[in-house]
Amino acid sequence: MKGRSAITVLVAALIFFAGYAALFIAPDERTMHELMRIFYFHLSCWVAMFCALTLAFVANIAWLATRNPKWDWLGVASVEVGVVCCTGGLITGVLWGRPAWGIWWTWDARLTTTFILWILYICYLLLRGLIEEPQRRASLSAIFGIFAFLDTPLVYASNRLWRTQHPAPVIMGGPDAGLDAMMGKVLVVCIVAVMAMMILVLIDRYRLERLRHELDELRLAADARGADSNIVLTKGLP
Amino acid sequence: MTTARAAAIVLTKELRLEFRARELLSTTVVFALVVVVLFSFAFDPTAADSRRFGPGLLWIAFFFAGSLMLNPSFAREQSNQTLDALRMAPVSAFAILLGKMLANFIFMAISEAILVPVFAVLYNISITGIVGWLALVLVLGTLGLVITGTVFSAVAAHARRRELLLPLLLLPILAPLLIAAVEATASLFAEQPSLDRAWLAFLGGFDIVFLTASWLLADFLLEE
Repeated sequence: MKGRSAITVLVAALIFFAGYAALFIAPDERTMHELMRIFYFHLSCWVAMFCALTLAFVANIAWLATRNPKWDWLGVASVEVGVVCCTGGLITGVLWGRPAWGIWWTWDARLTTTFILWILYICYLLLRGLIEEPQRRASLSAIFGIFAFLDTPLVYASNRLWRTQHPAPVIMGGPDAGLDAMMGKVLVVCIVAVMAMMILVLIDRYRLERLRHELDELRLAADARGADSNIVLTKGLP
Repeated sequence: MTTARAAAIVLTKELRLEFRARELLSTTVVFALVVVVLFSFAFDPTAADSRRFGPGLLWIAFFFAGSLMLNPSFAREQSNQTLDALRMAPVSAFAILLGKMLANFIFMAISEAILVPVFAVLYNISITGIVGWLALVLVLGTLGLVITGTVFSAVAAHARRRELLLPLLLLPILAPLLIAAVEATASLFAEQPSLDRAWLAFLGGFDIVFLTASWLLADFLLEE
């Protein structure tokens, strides 16, 4: 328990440092000036979301293949964390869009894709809430998760064919793309900080799901014995 | 028994059920018609407006109608546990799914065949020269709708509030299909009708991706 608290404090410190670095250490940007500073966290959110949702996709397939409940816990934990990161990315994007583009929102390919992605994974969480049986909930939500993940590139491709307005990728973009060395370092710090926080929350959410599962098992066992479930629960919880 | 033969038997059973009651088809057609009529009240479109918004309206009406029509596909198997009986038959789960997809495709296709001419008359869009191409776009778009829709009908059948849940699961997944279908239809409805092959290929790609995924996941979808 002490180790966990220490890690939490460490990650919190890292986040504060990343915020400081983005605001004060990173050099001024030529055209966007201070506006640029939100980009460090904007991109970090997307990196974290991408990792979390890819992990969810892997967990969904692994659940169907192995039937090990651990994969189901990992699936729901990573989708929830992914949705939070997606919300963060959308909000920072909207905040940046107003002063930079003059509009809060535009139906550009990447914006639309992430918005649909956000809705799809919220639907995944809603679906889980509406199915009682644990086994069935795990399988059906895994199937929906796989469909949602497959849909994302199609949403992107269809919008790309249609219209786009988002700035060209800064990293690995065209020949003119690329970041100043200091900006690159700050960006790396921010990505590491957000990823660390994402992983920390993911682990906690996974543990919560495992505890819920154990609680359900205990309830079932108590019902089977016909005993007062409250007494068994207080003894059985770790 | 081959998958095709088993799917054909499920298809016959679905068609027989539907043509005895004729509940789904009539409600679907009337629902889509209501959407089309309400649109004309809400926007009072001119001829140019109809050309611009028509394709989107048509597809939104189909998608909404489809998301309601697909719900009973698996939900009605729940009430008497007939799905368990179906699963006991020595056929693959995909055959059952495929039979239901084909049945839903036929129901949607009939509804569309009734609605498109009515729509063309109400919104003054001439479709006489483009019937063949329009049919192709409708077939590819409807396939995408029924493939994902039938799978999600099976998903939603086990959930509470399934009537609400199915449109919620289905409509966001269909976003790319909607764009492609609307764009392909819009190029056919334009003053100089043309066939947009890129969007047509996209529609076909969507169908193939999700049909393959349904084939791979059918056993998990219909387990027990």
